Amino acid sequence: MPLAQFLRVSKSFGTTRAVDAVSFDIGRGEFFSLLGPSGCGKTTTLRLLAGFEEPDQDGGDIRIAGVSALRKRPYERNLGMVFQSYALFPHLTVGRNVGFGLERRRVSGTELARRVAGALATVQLDPNDFARRHPADLSGGQRQRVALARALVLEPEMLLLDEPLGAIDEKLRREMQLELRQLNRKLGITFVYVTHDQDEALTMSDRIAVMDRGRIAQIGSPAEIYEHPRTEFVATFIGESNLFEGDGGARIAVRPERMVLIAREAALPFGYRFLPGVVEDVIYQGEMLRVLVQLDGNRRCSAALRNEGQLSRPLPWTPGTAVSIGWKPEDARVLADA
Amino acid sequence: MTVRRRILGAMTRRPALGTASLLLPGGLWLVLFFVVPMLLMLGASVMHRGTYGGVEPGFTLEHYRRFLDPLYLQVLWRTAAWSALATAVCLLLGFPVAWMIAASRRHRALLLFLVVLPFWTSFLVRTFAMIFLLRDTGVINSILMSLGVIEEPIALLYTPFAVLSGLVYGFLPFMVLPIYASLEKLDPALLEAAEVLGARPAARFVGVVLPLAFPGILAGSLLVFVPAIGSFLTSDLLGGARQVMIGNLVQNQFTTARNWPFGAAASFAVMAVVLVAVLLSLRLRDRDRDPARRGSG
Repeated sequence: MPLAQFLRVSKSFGTTRAVDAVSFDIGRGEFFSLLGPSGCGKTTTLRLLAGFEEPDQDGGDIRIAGVSALRKRPYERNLGMVFQSYALFPHLTVGRNVGFGLERRRVSGTELARRVAGALATVQLDPNDFARRHPADLSGGQRQRVALARALVLEPEMLLLDEPLGAIDEKLRREMQLELRQLNRKLGITFVYVTHDQDEALTMSDRIAVMDRGRIAQIGSPAEIYEHPRTEFVATFIGESNLFEGDGGARIAVRPERMVLIAREAALPFGYRFLPGVVEDVIYQGEMLRVLVQLDGNRRCSAALRNEGQLSRPLPWTPGTAVSIGWKPEDARVLADA
Repeated sequence: MTVRRRILGAMTRRPALGTASLLLPGGLWLVLFFVVPMLLMLGASVMHRGTYGGVEPGFTLEHYRRFLDPLYLQVLWRTAAWSALATAVCLLLGFPVAWMIAASRRHRALLLFLVVLPFWTSFLVRTFAMIFLLRDTGVINSILMSLGVIEEPIALLYTPFAVLSGLVYGFLPFMVLPIYASLEKLDPALLEAAEVLGARPAARFVGVVLPLAFPGILAGSLLVFVPAIGSFLTSDLLGGARQVMIGNLVQNQFTTARNWPFGAAASFAVMAVVLVAVLLSLRLRDRDRDPARRGSG
């Protein structure tokens, strides 16, 4: 049985449908991400799961462990939450912050101290150093760890994370991404992760639900989402895609790294589709080179080519070169309308 | 960012004298109209009484000694007690109002406007209006009598209740505004975090809202208590002759009684009470800020 189920859940604010008849399951122990641009309804979906929002009248059902969670308060849902702003209590020490939930559950004395220290150790903070400090004295990364410890100390079945790494700098964010994933594996707790960052979702998730205007555009593993995008929205929001007209007028999408480039005068290899174009720009991106190609009719597409060393073995493409740009038909994905 | 840094840089490069000179106009004003009159009052309180008001040269502590008479200490005590009570009532009434304003998104500006609206008319006029409410033939008694709730008018005016009502009415905005300011800064996610962690509404209020609103509560209490203890208009108009506050005493000494030194000594006694209140609130605030005592364990 899935741990959490959304059954045609809708939530409106005034006349806006923030979440529109959304259905999905979250499996036990899964790292499940809700991914989408701002305003797509991902945060509202998370808040519905947490119990901060109730679905509309006749707005479907949310089940946790098979039981309807409607009208259950957040603390009756056996979940933890990490907020975007960390939401640490500024008037309490790190130790009291982490112990807040335990104190509400009448845990005290050595039991309390032991579990607080254990939770801090889980998130790589030394209890002896941090327990007596105040949130104001911590760095962003440390605050995030305290927020995690505060949620994990209650050993919830499910941990909800609302863009928890949004305010952390790039390098630390990469570290935290891997660490969160390891925590999910190690503790066996289900993670439900809201993000607008596609890289983050791809890196961390077992499954991703891509949301667009209150609906789920696609749901699947990172590989499924990336390699078989169902709609144009998914194809362009997760990674980049070149969009072409396919057979019979259908829209097709091809990833830039699936594109091949050959000189216009060279013979076209068999089994590819080719379009004539002119190199517009070559962008150096480290491990990849992005070649922008101008097509007929003022259209443009791009190819991502492995960087074999521009200084030792430079690619022959320079702006103005006439090229043929192509793809294998099996790398093209036919897109549904919506 | 860069502009701000440049401005900050320019400000810190300038010698301290440049910044200090900005304090000059305000400093002069305070010396002239605050420090000098205080010193004059201090001088007057230890000099002899002039027959027709004013002071005569000489040094004496008899006015302070006279103030230690139980009669006067009782007035001081009553004043402090009423002011404390008015502060407490303002807190009880003002906190929910401040909470509502902070929680309201759409009507926040309007509600704040309504809170300060009474300041558009003079305190004197508003206090007179209270008389029309409270007197035997006033609005409250008329309504109660016409509804048949009471047969005889209840004595409202010229009672401690009337004075307290006047003080609360007059100073309520001073309680609402600072509490509103502290509640407005409260991140709603803190309450949600507390709720997920198992805090019921009462626990969220006591454990999160109250501590974070504490600076506002303290500021509001001081802003009500201090002017309340020095007020004389309210007790004069609404309290009648029997409900004298220390402010009336001081005013009386400077006018009808023509005993300036005693009035000055009495007002220094008031100042001592205010000073104690301020020091107490500073202590409370510092304890709140001192990390070592903010919560251990």
